Amino acid sequence: MPTMDHTLDEILNLAASHFKVPREKLSADDDFFKSLGIDSLQALDLLTRLEHHFRIELPDYELQGVSDFRTLANRIQARL
Amino acid sequence: MNVFKGQALSWQIVNGAIELALHREPCNEIGSLTLEELETFTASLPELAREAHALIIHSTQKAGFSAGADLRELYEGSRGMEKNDAVRGVREFLERIHGVMNALDAAPLTTIAAVHGVTFGGGFELALVCDIIIADRMARFCFPELRLGLIPGFGGIPRLKRDLGNAVVRDLLLTGRSFNVMKAQQIGLVSQIAAEGEALRVARATASQVGKFDRQTAIAAKQFVKPIPYEELKREIEIFCDLFSRPAVEEGLRKFVENEGPAPYLP
Repeated sequence: MPTMDHTLDEILNLAASHFKVPREKLSADDDFFKSLGIDSLQALDLLTRLEHHFRIELPDYELQGVSDFRTLANRIQARL
Repeated sequence: MNVFKGQALSWQIVNGAIELALHREPCNEIGSLTLEELETFTASLPELAREAHALIIHSTQKAGFSAGADLRELYEGSRGMEKNDAVRGVREFLERIHGVMNALDAAPLTTIAAVHGVTFGGGFELALVCDIIIADRMARFCFPELRLGLIPGFGGIPRLKRDLGNAVVRDLLLTGRSFNVMKAQQIGLVSQIAAEGEALRVARATASQVGKFDRQTAIAAKQFVKPIPYEELKREIEIFCDLFSRPAVEEGLRKFVENEGPAPYLP
């Protein structure tokens, strides 16, 4: 199983690449809604891309109240 | 009417397939305008079916196939009304949309939903009336109605039950969670997955294939494998109307409509 740091890094890389934000401007504790400039529909798009990337199913209710990359990585790590 | 261009949707016949495009911004919310144009479409179906063998329903909106019922219209149309009047208005809308959905479900054509992105609530229910669902890799499905204190009202539960195992239906309905296309294929909802942006192209290829067969045989096969659960559909309207009269629903709708934060589509 990948480490938590590795999972977090992959999330940041994918988010930066898809939403065209410089990778160096993103960090683990950022609010991803703000740092990526996305709304809830785009957050669902990100969730779908992450599910495909990690080959997992992550019900969206597990993301309730989650807005930073580190907690998101924790939720994904628990499904790997 | 072989060609139509409305405010919410348009259609034309291309190579024997009717292509019904949803194009109401932001994400094909289904309110009175869309309903009216869908009724125009279903009224034209007998004439269209003489010249076509398939129907493809798709969206030109980037966000997805459809975000479902127009909750803003529902909230603003019923706010402050006497409960009985509000329920009467909702019942009339539901009976009309059920008329549309039933006509699409029974259409003497092979019907294909080519979906991408958000396919939620009423949008999901529109896809469920089709014989085949072809989904873009980024499609996402959800019945979020329980978050509002309601059940799906456009025929969703009976049609989901028709196609899927009851345990899966309970999970999707009672959690209100959204799920991706891999899950949708795994549970038997989606039969073909297309690459991102390719669902319409795949749907056209499928429509071309089904056009090779004798139409009467195709209609007989469809009627044999796809019964329409009319009694359950009627019961759904009754349950929806009973629930709609509760104060919790107006509060749920108000929260959704007035939410200016980034997360109204998250649970």
